[in-house]
Amino acid sequence: MIRVEDVSKTFTLHTQGGARIAVMRGASLSVEPGECVALVGRSGAGKSTLMRMVQGNYRTDGGRILVGGLDVARAAPREILALRRETLGWVSQFLRVIPRVPTLDVVAEPLRNVGVAPDEARARAAALLSRLNLPEALWALSPTTFSGGEQQRVNIARGFVNPTPALLLDEPTASLDPVNRRVVLDLIHEAKARGAAILGIFHDAEARAEVCDREVDVTGFAR
Amino acid sequence: MTDYNFAYLDEDTKRMIRRAILKALAVPGYQVPFASREMPMPYGWGTGGVQVSAAILTPEDVMKVIDQGADDTTNAVSIRRFFEKTAGVATTTRTAEATVIQTRHRIPETPLREGQVLVYQVPIPEPLRFLEPRETETRRMHALEDYGLMHVKLYEDIARHGRIATSYAYPVKVEGRYVMDPSPIPKFDNPRLKSEAIQLFGAGREQRIYALPPHCRVESLDFEDHPFEASKADHPCALCGATGSYLDEVITDDAGGRMFVCSDTDFCATRRGEAA
Amino acid sequence: MTPLLEVRGLTKSYGRSLGCAEVSFDLWPGEVMGIVGESGSGKSTLLNCLAGLLEPDAGEVIFDTRADGPRDVLRMGEPERRWLARTDWAFVRQNPRDGLRMGVSAGANVGERLMAVGARHYGDIRARATDWLRRVEIDPARIDDRPRTFSGGMQQRLQIARNLVTGPRLVFMDEPTGGLDVSVQARLLDLLRGLVRDMGLSAVVVTHDLAVVRLLAHRIMVMKDGRVVEEGLTDQVLDDPRHPYTQLLVSSVLQV
Repeated sequence: MIRVEDVSKTFTLHTQGGARIAVMRGASLSVEPGECVALVGRSGAGKSTLMRMVQGNYRTDGGRILVGGLDVARAAPREILALRRETLGWVSQFLRVIPRVPTLDVVAEPLRNVGVAPDEARARAAALLSRLNLPEALWALSPTTFSGGEQQRVNIARGFVNPTPALLLDEPTASLDPVNRRVVLDLIHEAKARGAAILGIFHDAEARAEVCDREVDVTGFAR
Repeated sequence: MTDYNFAYLDEDTKRMIRRAILKALAVPGYQVPFASREMPMPYGWGTGGVQVSAAILTPEDVMKVIDQGADDTTNAVSIRRFFEKTAGVATTTRTAEATVIQTRHRIPETPLREGQVLVYQVPIPEPLRFLEPRETETRRMHALEDYGLMHVKLYEDIARHGRIATSYAYPVKVEGRYVMDPSPIPKFDNPRLKSEAIQLFGAGREQRIYALPPHCRVESLDFEDHPFEASKADHPCALCGATGSYLDEVITDDAGGRMFVCSDTDFCATRRGEAA
Repeated sequence: MTPLLEVRGLTKSYGRSLGCAEVSFDLWPGEVMGIVGESGSGKSTLLNCLAGLLEPDAGEVIFDTRADGPRDVLRMGEPERRWLARTDWAFVRQNPRDGLRMGVSAGANVGERLMAVGARHYGDIRARATDWLRRVEIDPARIDDRPRTFSGGMQQRLQIARNLVTGPRLVFMDEPTGGLDVSVQARLLDLLRGLVRDMGLSAVVVTHDLAVVRLLAHRIMVMKDGRVVEEGLTDQVLDDPRHPYTQLLVSSVLQV
């Protein structure tokens, strides 16, 4: 489902005298449907960079990144957007939303974007927020004012609400209490069970051991 | 008579104006620019109408001049005398006898017939003026038939007054093409813009001439659910008893006494069987 | 699927100074493209050339018309281009005063485009104006008020309603959130995003506000000195900029 082949990446920092920083070379991995693969390696080794390249957020200089048959490294913007909408879910550590939009609509948006009717999208968003124990009183508020843990749960709900065949998880259990951490791990198990291919970064070693089938050490890809 | 060329204007000017008139007749409702001359009367007193009349008058013509329907007001009397003096043409107050009728703000009640010419004095020829002040833009709008704005004005009338409150200078569409300001005639007169006579419109200060050839199609703008309705008097004329004519309100004393009489003095007098 | 808009080699100069040069791109149905750059970078010139408000010196602007398929807008007659401009296109200006008729009511402002394309039923026009005021979150009770009695944010939303009432497929926006308070901006952005999604609109948005393009645009073009120096997926260009100018632009934004 996700296949990274001989990928390389160099940053050129024009604002700092044109310094060239080669961050990756020869990166290869694959994730099959129903499988969860963890990216590991020391901090700064390029885990996040590789995740971002798979998501299409960072550009890829060499190699191929195939997600559901589309080469993200060469795809047109609208193809990447369609991929994110329909195929590739994403739970990031950062929440980027328009300030006044209610939490329920923020979570429902991925469903609205694939044409699910407003009522159904909201109902499914509500079910997931309940499961993640986010108090109903908060649903009508914008998540921009929430605590770190609350925002993290909004991010998770947004990432899981649409059952995409591939999923990227960036520290999904960070800043969560044990109860909600359990809910997230269950969500990951369920996603695998329905056949989702999952690539993730987990600093939480226990969580990683529980949900991941394999680990890929990116240190070998770093320059 | 020896002091003036026939009908005051020199022949070259008349020829220029006639060309504008012919073009205006050929493109009904289109405002043709012309080089308006300085006339021996102030703007606002009918300089446009006077130049058009002067350009079409022949020595055999019989002329009638009305102001708000009346033959005996200052403006009408002055212009009638102007042509008596400068052209030496016969004048009349009888609509049926006149060949050229110059008018300010009315169409005579007596139906006009083929062979007659009605000349309107026009203060502001541009129907879009109050909606779009830029002349460059209004010309473009006419050229491109971009007339949505006209209905914006009528929409505003209905939104504010519950009906189309425009009661004079009511805009019309000519032959399904140009939107035209019929000069400040009451909308009561609008149905009679479709006529057997030639109708010419002259705006002196604005230097525009436009025209309606005989039998030309003239539609008053409206909405399907707010159709155009010509105003109708609530009273019969106090003098002649006419029920279908346009009436003026006349104050008769200091105690609030008033009466409604025909604005068309010739029509009223004829009905009363008087020789005018 | 064909692009809604294909722009090829669009060039416009003002005497010796360059407005924009050799700009080419495709815009697909449902796509929002942001054009960013400093003032003087040529982004407004480009927008005005696209919208037919300025005549470019060279290039093609091919629009996929409903009736006849792809046509070069620059080679159309003006009547046809104006017809497009009031049916399939919309232009939202930075200053709502430039895009509204301040002297007529909100209802007439929204109804004008309908009347311009031949609507002649007062009741229908009013019903559609009411519906649109509601959609842009203006109390329909204000339908007979003039826009000068509205706040800046309301005026901008009214301008959007006035533009979208005929169901256009392509919207040009020139700094649509410029000059508005930050809280008002957020509301407008949310509204625009919803309308773009629900109506399947394509849009070209000129702005110097990178936060606005990030939330609104699918793709961006970065312009400098009249030329496109970088383009691509919005978050890709903003998070992984390549051109020196884009890197400078992105790094100059104050972090909140």
